[in-house]
Amino acid sequence: MSNKNYYISTYCSLQNGALFVNGKATLEMDRSLPFIVLAKTIYKETGINYPKFFKMDNLSKLAFLTAEFLLEHSALSEKDVQKMGIVLSNKSASLDTDRKHQESISDDKNYYPSPATFVYTLPNIGIGEISIRHQIKGENAFFVFNTFNAKGLFQYAASLLASKKSNHVLCGWVDVDKEEYKSYFYIVSKEGMYPHTEEVINQLYINNEWKP
Amino acid sequence: MEALKQELKESIIEQLNLEDFTPQDIEDNDALFGDGLGLDSIDALELIVMMDKDYGIKLTDPDQGREIFTSITVLADYIAQHRTK
Repeated sequence: MSNKNYYISTYCSLQNGALFVNGKATLEMDRSLPFIVLAKTIYKETGINYPKFFKMDNLSKLAFLTAEFLLEHSALSEKDVQKMGIVLSNKSASLDTDRKHQESISDDKNYYPSPATFVYTLPNIGIGEISIRHQIKGENAFFVFNTFNAKGLFQYAASLLASKKSNHVLCGWVDVDKEEYKSYFYIVSKEGMYPHTEEVINQLYINNEWKP
Repeated sequence: MEALKQELKESIIEQLNLEDFTPQDIEDNDALFGDGLGLDSIDALELIVMMDKDYGIKLTDPDQGREIFTSITVLADYIAQHRTK
């Protein structure tokens, strides 16, 4: 299935201690680093200045960092970014943070749920963090799939573009569960390097590159 | 009182994840919200939980919280007078 006249213009992934932009490793660190340490190191080493980052849960930190480098390497204007749609997905929803919240309310005699943890017990909060950071006001959706679902992402993005609700859509996968993490974001636009097809979306997710 | 103020500064930095601050960066009379430390409404809720958990003080009136969380000095004075832990 293809989406004529639309292309993937930029893509970015963060996994196994490495950050890839358009298939090229731009930052490589010790893959055994816990995600929370890795995220802080990337934040510090790349000079990002956004103190609210430290208040986010791990899922939102992963979404935030991936969007940060994706948008930095995209050719979109500020105005285009602000009108962009966002369609993200994952397998674990907000389970990583749900567990932390569960621990804080499991003892009746020591019942002190943290409001700052509770607000992250929904996976779409990561979209909110990206939207606040980049002032994005386009339509958005977050889906929970059993596995990476190129077809689902393709169809929703194609629908947004066909309905003229957005001219650009940030799509992808962002999943965190304990020490397992993986993100893969891409932008669908009228101009770009790769055709917007299920096959390309899948190949970039699996191989980090596209071979026609 | 000085020890309590220091303890509060350390707790606030740790519990509110104020990564870029040290206790020395927070003056006793700095505004905690607004232009001071820049805390937000979720931070206010965290402070209410901290008051209950660490000092046994239950705040139920939002207006009361607004007055108590003015600065470290005001917060320490209130805790010293009302703590049950």
